[in-house]
Amino acid sequence: MMSGEFTVSRTREAMGRGGRLLRALHLDGPLLLGLSAIIAFGLFILYSALGGNMALWLRQVAGVAVALVAMVVLAQVPPRFIRMLTPLAYAGGILLLLAVALFGDVSKGAQRWLDLGFIRFQPSEIMKVAVPLMCAWYVHDRPLPPSLPHTAVVAILFLLPAAFIAEQPDLDTAMLVCASGFFVLLLGGLHGRWLALGAGLLAAAAPVAWHFLHDYQRQRILTLLDPDSDPLGAGYHIIQSQIAIGSGGVFGKGWMNGSQAQLEFLPERSTDFIFAVMGEELGLLGQLTLVALYVAVLGRALYLAAQCNDTFGRLVSGSIALTFFVYVFINSGMVVGLLPVMGLPLPLVSYGGTSMVTLLAGFGILQGLHSHRKLVRS
Amino acid sequence: MRRRSGGADMDAARFRLRARIVVAVLVVVAGVLGARAVQLQVLDQQFLAKQGDMRYTRVAKIPAHRGAMVDRFGEPIAVSSPVDTVYVNPRELAQAPDEIPRLAKALKRDPQWLAQRVTSNLDRQFLYVARHMDPADAARVRALGVPGVYLTREYKRYYPSGEVTGHVLGFTNLDDVGQEGMELAYDRSLAGIDGRKRVIQDGRGRIIENVESISAPRPGEVLELSLDLRIQYLAYRELKAAVRRHRARSGSVIVLDVHTGEVLAMVNQPSFNPNDRAQYEVARYRNRAVTDIIEPGSSIKPFVLAAALDSGRYRPDTVIDTNPGMIRVGVKSIQDKNNLGSASLTTILARSSNVGMAKIALSLERDQLHGVLRDLGFGAVTASGFPGESAGLLSGPAHWRPIGVATLSYGYGMSVTPLQLAHAYATIGSLGLRRPVTFRKATGPVPAERVLDEKVARDVIGLLEAVVTQGTGGKAGVPGYSVAGKTGTAWKAVGGSYSTDKYLAVFAGVAPASRPRLATVVLIDEPSGALYYGGDVAAPVFSSVMSGALRLMGVAPDDLSLVSPATTIVQVQP
Repeated sequence: MMSGEFTVSRTREAMGRGGRLLRALHLDGPLLLGLSAIIAFGLFILYSALGGNMALWLRQVAGVAVALVAMVVLAQVPPRFIRMLTPLAYAGGILLLLAVALFGDVSKGAQRWLDLGFIRFQPSEIMKVAVPLMCAWYVHDRPLPPSLPHTAVVAILFLLPAAFIAEQPDLDTAMLVCASGFFVLLLGGLHGRWLALGAGLLAAAAPVAWHFLHDYQRQRILTLLDPDSDPLGAGYHIIQSQIAIGSGGVFGKGWMNGSQAQLEFLPERSTDFIFAVMGEELGLLGQLTLVALYVAVLGRALYLAAQCNDTFGRLVSGSIALTFFVYVFINSGMVVGLLPVMGLPLPLVSYGGTSMVTLLAGFGILQGLHSHRKLVRS
Repeated sequence: MRRRSGGADMDAARFRLRARIVVAVLVVVAGVLGARAVQLQVLDQQFLAKQGDMRYTRVAKIPAHRGAMVDRFGEPIAVSSPVDTVYVNPRELAQAPDEIPRLAKALKRDPQWLAQRVTSNLDRQFLYVARHMDPADAARVRALGVPGVYLTREYKRYYPSGEVTGHVLGFTNLDDVGQEGMELAYDRSLAGIDGRKRVIQDGRGRIIENVESISAPRPGEVLELSLDLRIQYLAYRELKAAVRRHRARSGSVIVLDVHTGEVLAMVNQPSFNPNDRAQYEVARYRNRAVTDIIEPGSSIKPFVLAAALDSGRYRPDTVIDTNPGMIRVGVKSIQDKNNLGSASLTTILARSSNVGMAKIALSLERDQLHGVLRDLGFGAVTASGFPGESAGLLSGPAHWRPIGVATLSYGYGMSVTPLQLAHAYATIGSLGLRRPVTFRKATGPVPAERVLDEKVARDVIGLLEAVVTQGTGGKAGVPGYSVAGKTGTAWKAVGGSYSTDKYLAVFAGVAPASRPRLATVVLIDEPSGALYYGGDVAAPVFSSVMSGALRLMGVAPDDLSLVSPATTIVQVQP
């Protein structure tokens, strides 16, 4: 504890006026720096990935602005309010998911959207934040590590919305929601034996799960093993994306100069496969820089989580940070051909405002929880 | 308070431990990602870069301009003009279904047809929707800016003389490959050689940039045909009128240059317009003059007489007894229309006596008769090179029985193409010199092969002249010129026996008789009016075509006896 206070006080001195402003806004300087670097880097490569389409690029800038406002606003909310609001947000999210299942909009074969007349959004995005909050809310005032019944309750808390989301079908988001709930249990000290048991059960359930997958999902997994079996069909995305990345080499072909990306050989280049655009145009150096930034943000977020002096704050923050990295890993793993093709964007970089808002909202809560910790102590 | 904070500390410690383990796992994961990036971008870089280049640089073809065809005076009769073809990417177009009606309107197509085509081909990325559009119309389609709609430049064949030259020229398919006639026979030299260029294309197959030309296209060669478009038009007009007048099933006219073996004109009825693909059906586009075989009937007689004269046992004035106007050969009997009594060869041919012919043919050596007919080109494909040409049928003499020889003498039991018949008359016209039939313009003297003694050929021409001056071919006469020719009215073989009301009317001959320049065959199939004799149906067409052709070619008149003093003969410069 002593060393922690020492670090904080030294940092505070160094930051000066800017630091005081950040503190007043309950924001964390290093984390904000890392996030800003990723977002700036993302906007830079997105301009190229959009083929220089200024109108779309400005829409993304607007999305970033909205997301930053959401982050700052949520950082101001005191943790006890967050804790009070958590069950409400969770229940509201479940209701919205129910509404989507009953009268949601169908787009590209999936029923994910809710049209409220003035705005159209995916309630599953709310759950990305609401589920870790709810799971942490449930375990924070119970003895840790959680007992078996409590573990079961938490499992239900994240499996219920995940089931709704998987049914839309949006298996990728469902997996993320599950992961965020699981991380709460993991960081809460879930017994190693039970972890091993859970892993064993998952492995045993895999053949059953295979049976319930859609054909296109099975195809994606098979394609990962042998992309050349159907180079113009299911394997097309994987092959094109690896060619784009590989042809970039160490230094890349230069911004706006990627032949695979700019000539539209690379599918979904501004969304799911933007990491490949980066690999082609900015090369290995560009990619490693981005990954390093992600790792830095993760490290700082985990550090802030560890600094929280209450269980709720720690678990929520830790889960948000880890889920963020899983997000990164799934997307980049898919683009470099380590994971099957999934529909998850690269966080803070891919085109799309919704996930930007959700992600920065999570980081807003994380910073708020950390910044308000003294109030909790007194 | 202490216990609580101690509990919180214990939670915090456990949290940190867990967090460290998780971070360790994540570092491994990030390491795997990094290793994979190194593998792709450092180890496999060259291979993947090459794969990438293969995707956007392509070798595209530069279509070669198809060579034109011209008649003997250089008049274009088949030319290629640039047109635009519109194709779509159904997947892209399906993203903008509202644009389909607009696109269909610009394409002059039914919107429902187009929408149906697009939706039923969503698994494809290439679909023709309009081929060979006028470039101006295509520019309007391009101006719509509908996504997924592309244009490509092609060449379309155009035949200025339409159905007049349709059968000879044939046609090309939509991909500009020769399918029939001269287009097929000379496809290789007409097509030229496509050039190749390296291009950069995008993921949708659109060419973004031409990088370099690998080889320039070599345009197809211009094909100079032997046709004389003026005679071709004349023959077409006369044949069409005759076929209509006599309500005939079909008909053909062939005009050959006796000196060179060149085909100056070749027309058929019914005809087709090669500019209209809707007319492409075999019954219409078949070049009957070359592909169809007929039993020649009496038009074969001069060649049997040539064999008789060639044997040395007959002279034009040799008298044959045809009494009583019939002859029994085996169990069959052969009859003449009228009993000619004792008649010379001249009379036998002029009045077309079957009895006389049978008697002469039966007296000849079979091998010699067969040899003369074979040397005149019967039973073998001509050298014209026309696709789908028939060889006709001339059986070997070993199989000939007396009745066979007798019927052969007046043109049954063997079959010929109209072109073979014209060729044989041309060989007689050139006084026994056989030259290969050709559709290409001759560039110099054509080497010939003597197949008949000159004296024999002169005698045959003399016999044929009498057919026109004294016999059945009176209507074939041409004012100012002497004509040598033969009528033929053959019963058509229908289902194993000879029909009594279906005829083939033929007139074949050469002119001017004193120094033949043109050989012409006119054939009218199944005339169904009151007249059906070759001398009544085919001979007038022969007269008109020959008369016009001789004047168009500036052939000097050799017989002024029929020309009234008031008529001035104007020579037309070729």
